[in-house]
Amino acid sequence: MEFFHNVNIDFLGKKWYFLAFSLIFSVAGLFSMLFWHHIPWGVDFRGGTLVYVKFSHPPDVNAIRADLDRAGLKDPKIQPYDQPSLNEVLIDLDVRETSEKALDQGKTKIIQALEKNAPAGKTDLNNASFLAIKNYLMDKDPMHLGTDADQKYTAQAQAIVNLRDKVLGGVLNSLDQLKGASGVDPAVAAAIPENFYLSDFGVRNVEIVGPQVGGQLRTQAGLATLYSLLGMLVYLGFRFEWIYGVAAVVTVFHDTLITVGAFSLTNTDISLTVIAAILTLIGYSNNDTIVVFDRIRENIKLMRREKLSDIVNRSINQTLSRTILTAGLTFLTVLALFLFGGEVLRGFSLALVIGILIGTYSSIAIAAPILVAYQDWRVQKGKRPMAMPGKAR
Amino acid sequence: MNKNLLWKVVFIVGTMLFFLFGIFGIPKGLSGDALATALTDHIHLGLDLKGGTHLILQVHVNDAINVDAQNAIEVLKQQLKSRKIDFAEITQTDPQNNPDHILIKGVQPGARSDLLSIVQERLPEYEITGAPENSWNMVMKPSMVSDLKNKAVSQAIETIRNRIDALGVSEPTIQEHGLGQYQILVQLPGIDDPERVKDIMQSTAMLEIKQSLGGPYPSEQAARQDKGGVLPADAILLPGQSQPGAAEGQAWYLVSRVSAVSGKDLRDAQPSSDQNGQPSVSFTLTGEGGQRFYNFTSSHVGDSLAVVLDNKVKEVANIKEPIRDRGEISGGRMSDQQAKDLSMILRSGALPASISYLEERTVGPSLGADSIRSGVRAAVIGMVAVLIFMLVYYRGAGINADVALILNLIILLGFLGWSTIAGVNVALTLPGIAGVILTVGMGVDSNVLIFERIREELRNGKTPPSAVDQGFSHAWITIVDTHVTTIVSAAILFIFGTGPVKGFATTLTFGLLANLFTAVFVSRVIFDWILSRKQRGEALSI
Repeated sequence: MEFFHNVNIDFLGKKWYFLAFSLIFSVAGLFSMLFWHHIPWGVDFRGGTLVYVKFSHPPDVNAIRADLDRAGLKDPKIQPYDQPSLNEVLIDLDVRETSEKALDQGKTKIIQALEKNAPAGKTDLNNASFLAIKNYLMDKDPMHLGTDADQKYTAQAQAIVNLRDKVLGGVLNSLDQLKGASGVDPAVAAAIPENFYLSDFGVRNVEIVGPQVGGQLRTQAGLATLYSLLGMLVYLGFRFEWIYGVAAVVTVFHDTLITVGAFSLTNTDISLTVIAAILTLIGYSNNDTIVVFDRIRENIKLMRREKLSDIVNRSINQTLSRTILTAGLTFLTVLALFLFGGEVLRGFSLALVIGILIGTYSSIAIAAPILVAYQDWRVQKGKRPMAMPGKAR
Repeated sequence: MNKNLLWKVVFIVGTMLFFLFGIFGIPKGLSGDALATALTDHIHLGLDLKGGTHLILQVHVNDAINVDAQNAIEVLKQQLKSRKIDFAEITQTDPQNNPDHILIKGVQPGARSDLLSIVQERLPEYEITGAPENSWNMVMKPSMVSDLKNKAVSQAIETIRNRIDALGVSEPTIQEHGLGQYQILVQLPGIDDPERVKDIMQSTAMLEIKQSLGGPYPSEQAARQDKGGVLPADAILLPGQSQPGAAEGQAWYLVSRVSAVSGKDLRDAQPSSDQNGQPSVSFTLTGEGGQRFYNFTSSHVGDSLAVVLDNKVKEVANIKEPIRDRGEISGGRMSDQQAKDLSMILRSGALPASISYLEERTVGPSLGADSIRSGVRAAVIGMVAVLIFMLVYYRGAGINADVALILNLIILLGFLGWSTIAGVNVALTLPGIAGVILTVGMGVDSNVLIFERIREELRNGKTPPSAVDQGFSHAWITIVDTHVTTIVSAAILFIFGTGPVKGFATTLTFGLLANLFTAVFVSRVIFDWILSRKQRGEALSI
């Protein structure tokens, strides 16, 4: 089977269309970054509190907002998370609600605000820790155990926590669910309601980042991206000519700009893993560019008399089959990640889905034309045409 | 098969067995359950997959400098007094930001050589320079400052490790974090309610026994009034409880600035109960500390002493008779658990500096389980899609690529397994799984590059053996370039990233390294083997 056989497309002739296309997306992204959504830094970078809450019933966002408002939490962002059938909500507090002294005060306030109608003196089993359950069982001793009490009640508490977290996905609907559950002793199931009640939610996941770490991480992410680009520039300058390095870095910068722009336009949070995806993308887009450059270098030696623009066109066409195939296959795996990888990886896979499309496009539409444009410019200035990259093989 | 080829095949099979051992070890059986247990034994999951708590702590290293500077001031005062040199005052000029800057004011003229010899002999970590009006500036040497700060961090790590170990958390990670910002990373797998652990880690547990000079007073003003408006220079006011059970800060005590004994003099601490049957902590002093305590109590019979924990007065008692080496902390509403925790904290030693929390992440076990499920599902779907495509598109050579991809996966997982065996513990995180998926996608690139090149050479009329040869040698240069650049960005990610992101960088890097081996070497051997079985002029399925 073969998709591309003897293709001969004049890519360089279409450079103005490419330029227009790239400009539209870059400027739109840039515009959004400056004037609209700005750069939507995730909690890792801006600091703040994220609490992922699972409810036992479809959550009412307005009611939750009212509860939090009563607790004095100002402007929390509350949004449904993942599939609606999972009844999950993400509560996002501003960094103002996290103080240096008590980093977790926002989280504590949220839990207190949502644990309304709590019966006096009872603990919420949906948010009780393993240790709290075990300590209660040790005190109460419903199974009347002897020296093996510690071991047995550890197992009992573990069974209850397992039922709640692993079997039921985070929340118990009724204390009756303990009866007959695997590993839970009937005496324990009967004793639990004396000290515990059930709220209608459980906290699945908490992320709290203080303001100091946020700033530090932003600097680190910026530096990592910068060093990555510098590394490319140096390596390509060493392997080819410096203009190849510049072209590759401009290309990758273009990809990064459009990807971050897409995150800004869609107002999707840029988390630490998204930065990881962007760095991967830098590597990937560079791969594509290098494959074309390698072929240009090879062809320059074979076709000494031809114009650079013809050589470049020929090289892109020769590698087109590989470019599309690799992009397609990588896209396939990334798409699988985006569709089936779950909510936690959503931002990460989104960055890669966008990035692979843009990265493939840019190695053809941006990197190669820069080489030709540089050559034309040199010729216009009356200098010798570009030195042929032939070294370092 | 010729001999050269045979050796290569043996080498490949050996490598595979080596990495398969990394993944499974020697499983107890070949049933699905036995293999699954073997797998989970060898490949460790990161915190984001198995659930747990991730904390970043800031060590306030200036505390340690502060202690040293205050100590230096005490030494200076004593020495100057013993040499009968007058001085007006010795203070820290900026205790908040530069605790090591000490100003000595109003030293009597002509004391230069004495002062210099005191600093040289007793305080060699400081540098002293003269200032106008008979003043002197003392500053700690920069190398000593950074030394002291680093020591504070490593000591804090040690203390926190002792405490966490005593709590019985399995496989905790406690290490310095970041790039010289005096931070500590603590990861506690399986702890989904970190409150208690956090309190225990954060407790500085600075125990001091001081002389009580007055109190309890209902407020700070009352204490001042009682002493005629000015507090004695060698005394400080500390908050405490007016009676057992009352809230802290309701009463104030005037206590001596110097301590008779401190936490450093403890030999042991155990939970016990006081005379009222309430939970308390009893402690034993070391020989030297006991001697000092005996000297102190025998010269202060009839006076009161105060047990001070973290600058809060916990208990005040009358000294009825000299005490040698035992004491008790009670007071307050201590629960059994708190008494146990406090004695454990005291045994583990005091933190050299206070700490605060900068970052806290808790992953519930249910979320981790979900993440594994969806991550693995995405990996399997992506992998199968790629395998099928390669078979359809390249037919015979597709098998070649598929074998290479599967071997790539085995090497990558085997590497993770071997890291556990070697004790380095490179954990598989959720972004790490994404790294595995990406390796599959990007790994296939090498195969595509080579196959496309071989097809091109075949089109140009080359014979299959020479097309294969040319295809590999031309593609090799490109493959090296692409791998190096990707590994460069992965390496940078590894240096700057934390936790899960590091996991991603690791799997990506090793996936690509493994890919160099499988897509180039293994794939070439398979081609050579196929070619060796073909008649001259027979077509290659690609």
